[in-house]
Amino acid sequence: MNVDDDTLYDDSGNETSGDDVDFVIDVDNASNKELHSYDDEYQYEVLSTDDIVQHMVDCIKEVNTVVQIPLTTTRILLNYFNWDKEKLMERFFDGNQDDLFKEAHVINPFKKVNAVKPKISNKLLGTEECDICFMVFPPTQMTGLECGHRFCYQCWNEYLTTKIMEEGVGQTIACAAHNCPILVDDQTAMRLLKDPRVKLKYQHLITNSFVECNRLLRWCPSPDCSFAIKVSYVEAKPVACRCGHVFCFACGENWHDPVRCGLLKKWQKKCDDDSETSNWIAANTKECPKCNATIEKDGGCNHMICKNQNCKADFCWVCLGPWEPHGSSWYNCNRYDEDEAKAARDAQEKSRAALQRYLFYCNRYMNHMQSLRFEHKLYASVKDKMEEMQQHNMSWIEVQFLKKAVDILCQCRQTLMYTYVFAYYLKKNNQSVIFEDNQKDLERATELLSEYLERDITQENLIDIKQKVQDKYRYCDGRRMALLDHVHEGYEKDWWVYSE
Amino acid sequence: MAALPRRIIKETQRLMQEPVPGISAVPDDSNARYFHVIVTGPEDSPFEGGLFKLELFLPEDYPMSAPKVRFITKIYHPNIDRLGRICLDILKDKWSPALQIRTVLLSIQALLSAPNPDDPLANDVAELWKVNESEAIRNAKEWTRRYAMDN
Ligand SMILES: [Zn+2]
Ligand SMILES: [Zn+2]
Ligand SMILES: [Zn+2]
Ligand SMILES: [Zn+2]
Ligand SMILES: [Zn+2]
Ligand SMILES: [Zn+2]
Repeated sequence: MNVDDDTLYDDSGNETSGDDVDFVIDVDNASNKELHSYDDEYQYEVLSTDDIVQHMVDCIKEVNTVVQIPLTTTRILLNYFNWDKEKLMERFFDGNQDDLFKEAHVINPFKKVNAVKPKISNKLLGTEECDICFMVFPPTQMTGLECGHRFCYQCWNEYLTTKIMEEGVGQTIACAAHNCPILVDDQTAMRLLKDPRVKLKYQHLITNSFVECNRLLRWCPSPDCSFAIKVSYVEAKPVACRCGHVFCFACGENWHDPVRCGLLKKWQKKCDDDSETSNWIAANTKECPKCNATIEKDGGCNHMICKNQNCKADFCWVCLGPWEPHGSSWYNCNRYDEDEAKAARDAQEKSRAALQRYLFYCNRYMNHMQSLRFEHKLYASVKDKMEEMQQHNMSWIEVQFLKKAVDILCQCRQTLMYTYVFAYYLKKNNQSVIFEDNQKDLERATELLSEYLERDITQENLIDIKQKVQDKYRYCDGRRMALLDHVHEGYEKDWWVYSE
Repeated sequence: MAALPRRIIKETQRLMQEPVPGISAVPDDSNARYFHVIVTGPEDSPFEGGLFKLELFLPEDYPMSAPKVRFITKIYHPNIDRLGRICLDILKDKWSPALQIRTVLLSIQALLSAPNPDDPLANDVAELWKVNESEAIRNAKEWTRRYAMDN
């Protein structure tokens, strides 16, 4: 920490300022924290890299007021418990402390025993040999952890550098001796490292593992953003980063109301597995009527033999019936209406229908996603329009309704996109019918607003625009809220039943 | 080539002065980082009586990274694949710069005495080792006789 920081956290002279008087400050969070909320309900903080380091130090200090062991040991213990203070305290006071320290790979600070005795290479001079470079040093040039394994400074530096730069290990670098599990604490690492670049990388690794391990912290998933969000309890709620990105705290995806995290994850996995191939499969293949393996027609002959080596069924591509009764009519099928062939086609129809159904939802989901990608274009064109209106004597405030309209359009698209994921898994019942009506309404309203903003707006006179745009976006927003409220109510009352 | 680090010079000297029983490791005349290694098959193992040739190379950042070791003689072993690559923890994530050529070769000798089919590199060999150990051992003896006893 540098000198400037001292002034940052110096609150001592502020008692008379009056600003903080009725603000209850608990001792550990005296730093200037600012709570945000995206939906007026779920509160969170946005942390910069420096804030994260400070928060980490605060966590360690807080635990240390209770457990009173070296700070560096506390950090290793906290990391072992994924920065869950309560869990650490519980184990510390209720369990076997010896086991606890052993599991976390630190020496029990309360009893210093069985450390390895340094190897004295020359009794007279008291020099030691370093087991890594095989050079002989006076004891002052050898160092090690509590376990007693000692190496020279140069070798430690090289060892840590290799671990950090080559292997990307930070929090869990073990002692350089073979089979010694004792972890290198951060102060020792910082003391032994020489190159400032390596030190910087090491600090990055430490903060990164702090954030990744800590349930109440999450990096903003936006590329090149280095802020993290801190909450006081985990819930699937939207949070907005300082960079503008809005995401779900629980899963890190774009905010995805009304569908829930688990279902969205399932859907994304399905899309990854299927999207490339499913269209092609639909057009060019059939399934073996016996084993359902996918068969591709690769020639003119209708006599198909299943590729599945355990099946090898003979069947007809046209009627899907068994091949045998076709006899020698190699290129023609005249058995299309036979019962057996019909049954096989019915079965095929079913699996085809499932695929068609998936493609239906997938296409709509993708369409809205694609449209969202063009939102910056729309913002740009709306900006032009706003400037034009300002030239016609409208104030800056008065023209903000246009930006608001695009905001709402984007929100509606995003909601719609996720309604298709929800709908795909939804089983039909009375409530699902209402949901689908709401979805249809919102879809229609959204497309109207979109068309208006992209096209029709240019033909209107400026005075009419404001009223029309406001009417349209208010209606859209209303439909969106109605849909979301209905789905949320369903969650509360257990209306929704899922397939698969 | 850069000067040989003191560590490698000393380690080679010590290896020559106090050789490991059953193992010979000789640096190449033209490259002091490359060792010709011969390991004798341990007693009471299916490799008994065989002489196994290996190559051992000390990479640029040795001892920060592990030596590269490979069997040249064909061997039927669940933790050694067809190319002679060895599945041994200290050659990978369990490597420590305080380990030496000596300890590596001792570990390889120990691996010959106690194959570990649950951590296999050669899957078909490991499979047989698990389902029919006596047949696997018969194969190992046969390979030892065929490939490791002629010279
Ligand atoms: Zn050294
Ligand atoms: Zn140690
Ligand atoms: Zn961000
Ligand atoms: Zn989520
Ligand atoms: Zn088949
Ligand atoms: Zn047919």
